[in-house]
Amino acid sequence: MTFYEKFKEYDWERIKSDIYSKTARDVEHALSKDKRDLEDFKALVSPAAMPYLEQMAQLSHRLTQKRFGKTIQMYVPMYLSNECQNICTYCGFSLDNKIPRITLRPEQIEREMKVIKKMGYEHLLLVTGEANQTVGVPYFEKVLDQVREEFSHISMEVQPMDQTDYEKLIDKGLNTVLVYQETYHQEDYKKHHPKGKKSNFQYRIDTPDRLGKAGIHKIGLGVLIGLEDWRTDCFHVAAHLDYLEKTYWKTKYSISFPRLRPFSGGMEPKVVMDDRELVQLICAYRIFNEEVEISLSTRERETFRDNVIKLGVTSLSAGSKTNPGGYSEEKDSLEQFEISDERSAQDIASMIQRQGYEPVWKDWDMALS
Amino acid sequence: MLKIGDKEFKSRLFTGTGKFSDNATMKAALEASESELVTVALKRVDTDNEDDDILRHLGHERINLLPNTSGVRDAKEAVFVAQLAREALGTNWVKLEIHPDPKYLMPDPIETLKATEELAKLGFIVLPYIHADPVLCKRLEDAGTSAVMPLGAPIGSNRGLRTQDFLEIIVEQSNVPVVVDAGIGAPSDAAKAMELGADAVLVNTAIAVSPNPVEMGVAFKMAVEAGRMAYEAKLAQAKNFAEASSPLTGFLDEL
Repeated sequence: MTFYEKFKEYDWERIKSDIYSKTARDVEHALSKDKRDLEDFKALVSPAAMPYLEQMAQLSHRLTQKRFGKTIQMYVPMYLSNECQNICTYCGFSLDNKIPRITLRPEQIEREMKVIKKMGYEHLLLVTGEANQTVGVPYFEKVLDQVREEFSHISMEVQPMDQTDYEKLIDKGLNTVLVYQETYHQEDYKKHHPKGKKSNFQYRIDTPDRLGKAGIHKIGLGVLIGLEDWRTDCFHVAAHLDYLEKTYWKTKYSISFPRLRPFSGGMEPKVVMDDRELVQLICAYRIFNEEVEISLSTRERETFRDNVIKLGVTSLSAGSKTNPGGYSEEKDSLEQFEISDERSAQDIASMIQRQGYEPVWKDWDMALS
Repeated sequence: MLKIGDKEFKSRLFTGTGKFSDNATMKAALEASESELVTVALKRVDTDNEDDDILRHLGHERINLLPNTSGVRDAKEAVFVAQLAREALGTNWVKLEIHPDPKYLMPDPIETLKATEELAKLGFIVLPYIHADPVLCKRLEDAGTSAVMPLGAPIGSNRGLRTQDFLEIIVEQSNVPVVVDAGIGAPSDAAKAMELGADAVLVNTAIAVSPNPVEMGVAFKMAVEAGRMAYEAKLAQAKNFAEASSPLTGFLDEL
């Protein structure tokens, strides 16, 4: 049994219609309960919840402080490679996008690490495109050997792999894997991923199951906002989270909801989520699940990021470069997407402190892996 | 309908056979309760005697027997007793009870986990009696248990749901049916457990020691049905809306 079995029981159109037909009464019911189920989540992300946004924000604020205190975790991505065998309609690394391709060599990784360490980071996120020939398991094993001495917590956002591959990488010090489904709309998923291994919807949706079986410490879930109706897509993330928490109960979970950003050769989003709706979504996830980590990348604008700290977000990246070698040498090479908040890590840390929160640079240790 | 292993149950009230003044009263009370799963201690059954008095009284077509391992002190003894029960009573269902402590009959979590692993491998439908320990419940699921039976309060104490906070976590997280066992002293306790989302309750002492066990059996039947119905209809909640001190979403107007 994997999540795909459960997923097959969901009917996209029915779930969408459930969400859009929720009423104020359903929202009030969800807000007044002590624990919420997936039906309540539908109400919380529904248009009917919009007039309750301030109430949702207050509740989300209290629940987040209860579980996480006044802290914000700091992480930073290191892009190792922009090589990619997939065509994804929304991504700058897409195979059909004619850009110079780079995969970092050990000495380049060393230079990147030095810059990132100086910024104060202990939580590193390794990112690549999906190119198994160049950036496959042997490459990752070498990279993990190189970086694990320097960083306390290592995450990866790379191509989905088999369980045995994950087991090898976990042995090498990998703590977290982020794998976003992009969209749970199975037919449109195929349209957005016409070529490459990524076009296999089922293999991707079952990746968290393989990670859970491999015994990973933390799994990150999410969709790319802009591809499909975000409310219905985000319901599926909540359902996936619910299933995983019950099945792989020793694993921690985080969620993220990147909004589609401009990139070289870009596609216009099919749906646009405004700031008010993103606040609704953050609060809905928090009210639905008090324990899940919620992270927000530098895709979002400064003012927005400053204000959502109190709303439910628990981790932030800052000072990010989304091109391989971007920290130390490749200042002008092509980015995966344009970042929106260009402030330095220290600026972000000061902003967090001004709000009465503590930026947490280290919250894990290799000894625990 | 509640499904455990390959069996479906209309009634979510499970009962026990201890402490009744006589077997005829026991039979009358259990029939009145409409319970479909009745636990019986192998140590009380004369397995060599086909006309054993307890078994004869439990010979109702609706009633499924759930032999328990009461009296064993460790996993090894439990597995042995479960195998004996399977032979003697012709069922692969077993209520696993391992309590080395003779005073409070506290379940031993470590031996219970070991025995569950072993019995699940041997093809048993295992229903372990345990503390209301959410982590132990997940470990038992991994070991192949068919349900979990956390206690509401010390066995036979009639003190109700003293473990409510933990029962709520267990119910929320469980992938197998949760049967609240031990401590339920009044129909209102049973109704409360069902309202919390328990899949069933197991009641023995509160029915057996009542001056009128037959009426008490009916009272529990009704309480369990009412509690389940309330759970399915979704309880109204006390309102706990936040009172906005300073708005957290005001910035959106300025963006």
